[in-house]
Amino acid sequence: MTPEKLKLASHVKAINWNRIEDEKDVEVWNRLCNNFWLPEKVPLSNDIQSWATLTPDEQLLTMRVFTGLTLLDTLQGTVGAVSLIPDAITPHEEAVYTNIAFMESVHAKSYSSIFSTLCSTKEIDEAFRWSVENVNLQKKAQIIEGYYYGDDPLKRKIASTLLESFLFYSGFYLPMYWSSRAKLTNTADLIRLIIRDEAVHGYYIGYKYQKGLEGLSDERKAELKEYTFELLFELYENEVQYTHDLYDSVGLAEDVKKFLHYNANKALMNLGYEAMFPAAVTDVNPAILSALSPNADENHDFFSGSGSSYVIGKAVNTEDDDWDF
Amino acid sequence: MSAITAEAAVGRIVSRKTSSPLIYFSSASDNTHRFVVKLGVDAARIPLYTYEDTLLAQEPFVLLLPTYGGETRRGAVPKQVIKFLNIPENRQLIRGVIGAGNTNFGTTYCLAGDIVAEKCNVQHLYRFELMGTSEDVDRVREGLEEFWTRLSQNTTQQ
Repeated sequence: MTPEKLKLASHVKAINWNRIEDEKDVEVWNRLCNNFWLPEKVPLSNDIQSWATLTPDEQLLTMRVFTGLTLLDTLQGTVGAVSLIPDAITPHEEAVYTNIAFMESVHAKSYSSIFSTLCSTKEIDEAFRWSVENVNLQKKAQIIEGYYYGDDPLKRKIASTLLESFLFYSGFYLPMYWSSRAKLTNTADLIRLIIRDEAVHGYYIGYKYQKGLEGLSDERKAELKEYTFELLFELYENEVQYTHDLYDSVGLAEDVKKFLHYNANKALMNLGYEAMFPAAVTDVNPAILSALSPNADENHDFFSGSGSSYVIGKAVNTEDDDWDF
Repeated sequence: MSAITAEAAVGRIVSRKTSSPLIYFSSASDNTHRFVVKLGVDAARIPLYTYEDTLLAQEPFVLLLPTYGGETRRGAVPKQVIKFLNIPENRQLIRGVIGAGNTNFGTTYCLAGDIVAEKCNVQHLYRFELMGTSEDVDRVREGLEEFWTRLSQNTTQQ
């Protein structure tokens, strides 16, 4: 890791939002702005009673998970998204990265809001000390950070997409688990806002990675693809260790791993690659999936149902203003 | 780049009229497009830009469309799809909807599919994420075959 290698954009021109080179920049900028939120809007204090129903072990686990997430958000906000700016192809892409960087800092701060609402200063300090000392947590941050300071723009985007779309999920599992048991539901609402943002970030950085691949030689494309899967495996192995480290005490590690596989597949898809983990190991606990999205269960799959309830669609008269432009 | 091969596989739109039983929209990210290519069925893509002429369906079809994570209902259906469905003939021929999306968007996962299904009074047949897994591809391919068979039987009986 040689911080000297981190460069600033070499040349800056006034950004003209009336001349767009890639419509995706505007689309994502608008979506990020529409999705903007602050932790102060979430009534976290309603979770104080619920927090008191958790055992000391469960409380400790929750705090550690959240300091782990804080570390990743800090990394992405202060180094990751910023390191993508010098490689941007369009000025609007640079602007989107500044938006992403700021939002990651909002995420990092939100965990502190959760802590200050639910925990004592002593507990908070201990959890942060744990985050510095935990080998697997530090390792995942270091692996990613290494690429941010490296000199390959496309590898930086791969690392960044894997962070946004894969590495957060060993942590995101827990608030979804509590939510499925009607615990810490306001905290879960806040985490869902973070999860939504990370999806847009991963989608966008993955898209820009694919734009960057255009016009490259087949050899270079093959090298980057191979590199992606190698890095994913390296991170995955560490992630499994981290998961056991955290969740063995409550017996949830195997359930968390399914969630990791499921999200690793989505991270690969964001980079334009096929899913790698087979369905047999991505069968996420339905309670977790439903805590994430109430529409995600099998009851919404008409094809696997009997289909007996099907009625031939009759088109209704639809006025133009029915459709929100 | 698979997007280029994908374009060759499905073909560029030469005429506004289409008899394809699957009509879909995909943005420049090409996620939905890749799913359709893997599906390997006759399909027509709604043009990427709203200033382009939209498609005119000639035969019953299923519409496949993505949701990009808008926070509310407003703006969830891509404008290109709105333009397509504002043509009454297209609405008369729609028989079902398939949604693409991301569960990270919570309650708005595949929301655009829900909205179109509701407005056109057809079933939201299936939901999948991003470019879909191989299981999604198999289920949709088989599901669509059964769907069209059942539909033609129902029509014959009436």
